[in-house]
Amino acid sequence: MTTPADPGPGRTVPSTQPAPQTVTDRPPGAGSDTAAGTLRPARPRWRETLGLLARNPTALIAALVVLGMIVVALLDEQLAPEGPNEIDVGARLQPPSPDHPFGTDDLGRDVFSRVILGAAVSLRVGLIAVSISLVVGTLIGLLAGFYGKWVDDVLMRLMDMLFAFPAVLLAISIVAILGPGLTNTTIAIGIVYIPIFARVTRSSVLGVREEVYVRAARSVGSSDVRLLARHVLPNAAPPIIVQTSVSLAFAVLSEAALSFLGLGTQPPDPSWGLMLSEGRGYIELAWWIAVFPGLAIFLLVLSFNLLGDGLRDVLDPRQRTAMSGGRQ
Amino acid sequence: MTVTAPLLEVEDLHVRLRTPRGTASVVNGLSYTVGAGETVAVVGESGSGKSVSVLALLGLLPAGVATVTGRALLDGEDLLAMPADRLRQLRGPGVGMVFQDPMTSLNPVLTVGRQLVEGIRAHVDVPKAVARRRAVELLGEVGLPGPEKAVDRYPHELSGGMRQRVMIAIALSNSPALLIADEATTALDVTVQAQIIDLVQRLQADHGTGVVWITHDLGVVAGIADRVLVMYGGRCVEDGTVDDVLERPAHPYTRGLLGALPDLAVARADGGLPDLATVPGTPPAPTDLPAGCVFWPRCPVRADPRCETEQPPLAHVRGQSRDFGPSLAHRAATWCAEDGGAPGTTEEDR
Amino acid sequence: MSDDVLVSARGLQVHFPVRGSGLLRRTTGAVRAVDGVDLDIRRGETLGLVGESGCGKSTLGNALLRLVEPTGGSVTFDGTDVTGLSARGLRDLRRRAGMVFQDPFASLDPRRTVAQTVAEPLEVHGLRSGKRERAARVGELLELVGLDPAVAGRYPHEFSGGQRQRVGIARALAGEPDFLVCDEAIASLDVSVQAQVLNLLRRLQRRLGLTYLFISHDLSAVRYLSDRIAVMYLGRVVEVGPAAAVGGDPQMPYTQALLSAVPLAKPAEERARERIVLTGDVPSPAAVPSGCRFRTRCPYVFEPCDRVDPALQPAGAAGQVAACHLHGVVGTPVAQEQDAAAPSRRP
Repeated sequence: MTTPADPGPGRTVPSTQPAPQTVTDRPPGAGSDTAAGTLRPARPRWRETLGLLARNPTALIAALVVLGMIVVALLDEQLAPEGPNEIDVGARLQPPSPDHPFGTDDLGRDVFSRVILGAAVSLRVGLIAVSISLVVGTLIGLLAGFYGKWVDDVLMRLMDMLFAFPAVLLAISIVAILGPGLTNTTIAIGIVYIPIFARVTRSSVLGVREEVYVRAARSVGSSDVRLLARHVLPNAAPPIIVQTSVSLAFAVLSEAALSFLGLGTQPPDPSWGLMLSEGRGYIELAWWIAVFPGLAIFLLVLSFNLLGDGLRDVLDPRQRTAMSGGRQ
Repeated sequence: MTVTAPLLEVEDLHVRLRTPRGTASVVNGLSYTVGAGETVAVVGESGSGKSVSVLALLGLLPAGVATVTGRALLDGEDLLAMPADRLRQLRGPGVGMVFQDPMTSLNPVLTVGRQLVEGIRAHVDVPKAVARRRAVELLGEVGLPGPEKAVDRYPHELSGGMRQRVMIAIALSNSPALLIADEATTALDVTVQAQIIDLVQRLQADHGTGVVWITHDLGVVAGIADRVLVMYGGRCVEDGTVDDVLERPAHPYTRGLLGALPDLAVARADGGLPDLATVPGTPPAPTDLPAGCVFWPRCPVRADPRCETEQPPLAHVRGQSRDFGPSLAHRAATWCAEDGGAPGTTEEDR
Repeated sequence: MSDDVLVSARGLQVHFPVRGSGLLRRTTGAVRAVDGVDLDIRRGETLGLVGESGCGKSTLGNALLRLVEPTGGSVTFDGTDVTGLSARGLRDLRRRAGMVFQDPFASLDPRRTVAQTVAEPLEVHGLRSGKRERAARVGELLELVGLDPAVAGRYPHEFSGGQRQRVGIARALAGEPDFLVCDEAIASLDVSVQAQVLNLLRRLQRRLGLTYLFISHDLSAVRYLSDRIAVMYLGRVVEVGPAAAVGGDPQMPYTQALLSAVPLAKPAEERARERIVLTGDVPSPAAVPSGCRFRTRCPYVFEPCDRVDPALQPAGAAGQVAACHLHGVVGTPVAQEQDAAAPSRRP
């Protein structure tokens, strides 16, 4: 090839228009944002996400309730008027009163204090269990979705096997093997929810994997680890975040169920599920023993679920498209 | 081309959309007419409002988000004022539409024939068997190979060109008086595009259909249109016959667009070619249109003090086609019209 | 013109297996996306690669950079066989050969800033150590593609299509490559913006001495930018030659039809033009016709076309090569059984 500056043989070409021969765009933000830019919904980003969440009152209230419960759990000893296991035989089965807002149980323990201390147990079990399933499940889903082929087949068939058992039955079997107790219950719940995270992650990764920007990152030489950490996981995260919130609700419920069955928290430790179980025998005599921990479970689970729904709406790109409308 | 009452008469159409960033004035005072058997091309870049302007006519914009005002008379009936029922009746026999993406416009779980039959039976009460025969006929008419077999295929079993032909068959199934094609060939290859354009022109000649052809491709416009309407920032900035607009553009924007096209007839000679002319910058946001002429922030001419303050009216371009009546008039909305075909230099120089 | 070849493909094949729906998902056939391509790209030139959707041009571009694994044949980049590269060699190849993608809305990670995107190749290849050096280099690259370096901290959704494409080009240039594959790099842009990007690509080539493979279905743009043009049909290159020759005096009937279908923005010429309207659709790359793969749609089909698979041979006076028996029957005869399995000719 000749040098690029060579004017080339033959006729010269008339410039068709007197328009300027510029190749520079004006910098964005100088009032030159395009129509495409304004009509196209902005991609999910944190600040925007929080802003949208704030516009969803249900989710906002749910978030505040969850936050409140966490504060209660952190401050448990300071908030509880009495120790959880302070037995007062003289004040057995007292109905709710200014002294005992939630009444007392069959051993004269303050139900209000036990519910507050139970929050820490329930939340700790929920958070640790979900962390286990989140980390393991996401990793499995990430590998299965990204590599496909036999990796996918092997990992997901394994997950299907776990998934085929009813959740509580599986948790009971695992606790039966490991032995009862809070730690083992937590591990059992964590294992039970691994397949859900693996599936959610995998299906999200399957979509992201095909995105052009992943191929573009590969084209500049990025390794698989880099692709997964920098591009695939962050973009696959929204459904996983939603799943985390929903799973927290299930985990709290599972802990309550297992404790109710006598497999989780062991007496005399306070746990909402255990309190429910213990209060069962007195339901006609002293309804408050079972009802208040039950209400606490109900409130926490409902809040996690509503928060999950809210996050799903906020993080769903289609939801954002609907807001800008017009081009469909 | 006709001088009798036009088939479609759009007058002072405005469309506003509510967006998270404020109200977007997407279409601002658009007026045009389409005669029977005539093809009017609406040209513009993305965000110019060209698609929205026709979606608005058919009531296809999301209610609550869009505000549409103005008049749009189809055979004397105002599309914008009529109840939803009547509008639904008209989609089909009155107006047929073809969109850009035939994959999303077709229902993936119904066979092609089923969708055609439903379209036909929605407007004419005929037995299924008759409608099916008509469907096969239509598929043959749009040049689908083996229409008897194709009628039982699902959309995913057809190629892009074949799907687009199915869309056209559906649009034509009720012999509409007006066909609106929104970027109908943009996703297709040039050879298939040539087939589709050929087909539309043939059908138009047979049925006297009026066509509104929305596109960004000036080459397609040259091949298909009788008249052209150039949109920018939701306004018509230039209209006229295809020869006037493409050969003797008056508006600086039209001139810029044409100049930005690489010329197929010019061979490259080792880097000796000049850079392509470009329109600098990007189109304005419909939420934030400039005062004065919509184009002035990007305009290379800006030769008039009014450019930045006063909106130029759509006025006749001097010295061109002014004696041919309104349907042939060449008009441009600019303070800086190029009089008398200066851009035709391309032609003279050759 | 220098004959120094930078990238070379020989008998390059990319076949994707078609699996049955049974339990074992046995391979029942193959989509022959790229099916025996010989192609040389010379140092410093722009080779335009045109063809219709599904012809394999994009797969070919990806296979040259091993973003898609070739199933046969070889690719040589600057004398090195690319098909046998180690992981390390592959990384080095991807520094020296970049890619610009079609859709600027899809090719930038929405969760990463422009600076992070453009800096990625620098980090991957350890090209600039230290945050400050990297930031300076990102600024340089943005300036090179005509963007204000001050926008580095912004996210892709704040940019227009043309600006995003510039970011994509800056990323591709970060590793100081010799070779860029531009895969439909202007197809998603508005006309006026297309011109801006075409001008930018030309300017960069002059300034940095780049070699381009410019893949596009837009013949006007390809003719504008390219020194030579290669035409692909159904997985095979069917005509190659100087841009003026292929664009001005095409020798393969398919190229002729393709060129005649390109609409021009000149109404008078459009009306006067004789258009070769091809009948039928492109056959599926999973069922390639025997012999010449264009014969099912070719207006000039004659006796040897279904018998002999045509090879590229000199055609026309302007120096191109074309795979067509009209210029003499040269090629590989079709094996009997293959012939029987192939679809019959259209009436």
